[in-house]
Amino acid sequence: MATAPADTVMRTVDGTPLKVSLRRAMRRRKLAALGLVMPLFVFILFSFILPIADMLFRSVENPQVVTIMPETTAALQGWDGNEVPDEAVFAALVADLVAGSESREIGKVATRLNYEISGMRGLIMKSARRADRLEAPYREALIDLDKDWNDISVWKLIQREGAPFTASYYLSAIDMRYDDSGEIAAQPTDRQIYVTLFLRTLWISLLITFMTLLLGFPVAYLLATLPLKYSNLLMIMVLLPFWTSLLVRTTSWIAMLQQQGVLNDLLVWSGLVSDDGRLELMHNQTGTVVAMTHILLPFMVLPLYSVMRTISPSFMRAAQSLGAPRFLAFWRVYAPLTLPGVGAGAILVFILAIGYYITPALVGGTSGQLISNFIAYHMQSSLNWGLAAALGSILLSCVLLLYYIYNRIVGIENMKLG
Amino acid sequence: MALPTYASPVERVWHYAFHIICALIFLFLIAPILVIIPLSFNVEPYFTFTSGMLAFDPEAYSLRWYRDFINNPQWIHSIENSVFIGIASTILATVLGTVAALGLSRPEMPFRNLFMGILLSPMIVPLIISAAGMYFFYSNIHLAQTHLGIILAHTALGTPFVVITVTATLVGFDHSLTRAAASLGADPTTTFFKIIMPLILPGVVSGALFAFITSFDEVVVVLFLAGFDQRTIPRQMWAGIREQISPTILAVATLLVLISIMLLATVELLRRRSVRIRGIVE
Repeated sequence: MATAPADTVMRTVDGTPLKVSLRRAMRRRKLAALGLVMPLFVFILFSFILPIADMLFRSVENPQVVTIMPETTAALQGWDGNEVPDEAVFAALVADLVAGSESREIGKVATRLNYEISGMRGLIMKSARRADRLEAPYREALIDLDKDWNDISVWKLIQREGAPFTASYYLSAIDMRYDDSGEIAAQPTDRQIYVTLFLRTLWISLLITFMTLLLGFPVAYLLATLPLKYSNLLMIMVLLPFWTSLLVRTTSWIAMLQQQGVLNDLLVWSGLVSDDGRLELMHNQTGTVVAMTHILLPFMVLPLYSVMRTISPSFMRAAQSLGAPRFLAFWRVYAPLTLPGVGAGAILVFILAIGYYITPALVGGTSGQLISNFIAYHMQSSLNWGLAAALGSILLSCVLLLYYIYNRIVGIENMKLG
Repeated sequence: MALPTYASPVERVWHYAFHIICALIFLFLIAPILVIIPLSFNVEPYFTFTSGMLAFDPEAYSLRWYRDFINNPQWIHSIENSVFIGIASTILATVLGTVAALGLSRPEMPFRNLFMGILLSPMIVPLIISAAGMYFFYSNIHLAQTHLGIILAHTALGTPFVVITVTATLVGFDHSLTRAAASLGADPTTTFFKIIMPLILPGVVSGALFAFITSFDEVVVVLFLAGFDQRTIPRQMWAGIREQISPTILAVATLLVLISIMLLATVELLRRRSVRIRGIVE
């Protein structure tokens, strides 16, 4: 009979302690699992996460003035901001303007500064065009060219925007700005649009969430309480919109809602509305709310349905047998049990609504535009990418916060997809 | 939900009222989609029913907009683009997503929730933000206005659906099956194709369908990334609604509704099959 080893540690055949061997095996399995996830993780990182991070970085990035007007930026470093700078700064400015108009880059500075004070574009472009013909003393020459160069606030702006990073896009995104003395102040009332816009986006999203709940709850209840063979049939009516192209659904709402559209025709035909009193149902908030409620309704019905399916009908029967009237039993026993579904559906619909772009753009007119539409506008038309990025990062942080809550409540992988 | 015989009159009224309310909501869900089908056969260039259509006058109906659609090279080109981009991104998304779901479902997967959260984020981040980000990034590496760029973008947007559906079929997966296969001498590849694949196939296929419809239906990223040569069907519809509104869009919409009915039927059949294979009683 073989003698037992001196120590009491269990060993595998090759003599390594069992504990070590097990740990190794576990680590191998962990790495194998990670190895399977890695390809997609790397792909998502490079094709999705990095591009977004890169875009969001533009909301604080401020390279124009510092790279295109390096001498002026350097010369303004020691300026105290109490009076118009001295000749050295003006000379640096002229040098930068000459270099900038040769390299044709100066327009970027002009556009950048114009975001902050309108009129700056004209001032910079005009001075840049004539800069190579100016002669010393440059201070007098420039002020002679345009008396705005005698304005301290212009110099303060150039000094401030000479920093490589800026908060001014975020300030614009919440209707604030630097005033002439460089302090943070509210925008003039006629330029305050974004706070109202955020509030409107929140309000419309909440309204849509409420509408989907109002319409989704009875349907989910009916589907959950009918026998399966009927509910599966009716479920198709919920799933068909879910599977139908977004553009198709938006198109059909245009056909339904426009002034010469199906709904108005129906109202005129039934005599509820006179022919010249046709209702304006789209190109306003009504259009956005109606079309988006329709588009997002399946996202409310499906989680509600899956929760209601699990509620045993005997709970209601028990409540009623204990003397509760049907409505009370429903309200006190059934409704609270559906809360997880209500929460899941509401957060999901809200997340989707708050970032919606296509439908508001097509049926929303001006009063039905949401924050996404303004991000698109600044991306494509005004080309103020910094502001687009600032608005986008505020929107994204709202969505990610809700996503986190959703993940804690339901777990994202439990999302029902039809 | 049959009405018990002892129901009070109030309950009776409420019972019928409830069913009427539900019927109206179903009407709200389905009517806008169905209404475009007859409208697409309108002989006039209107988006509404003409009196001739309501009188079922055959003269008021025509295939005019369908002819318009097939005779327009732009539309045909957009179909080719949509199908090509859709299929390519579906294949990529299905392979990447399935492999990742297999890893995520292993019990020893570390930081499971964190990875899940990151991998599913393309589904949650507002499309306008994804599109804006991709626009700059893909322009820098010269992928904007190329088919490859849009395929990669759509792959990223489609993978979460594959991950979700495949993970769902792996819930309750008996890992001793793979160990049994291994103990009988099967290498991991054989195990995968002979044991795992048949079990998760319904999830893979329905994930692939979701990925396809995501790409096929996606327009925001295309608006930002695509040039004229990469226009897809939704992009063409967007242009149609914004620029020259004509019932040709209704004809296209009708065809798309038929496609979605087919996809819906396929997914539904797959779901039932998956439930049956895994022996789950509903």
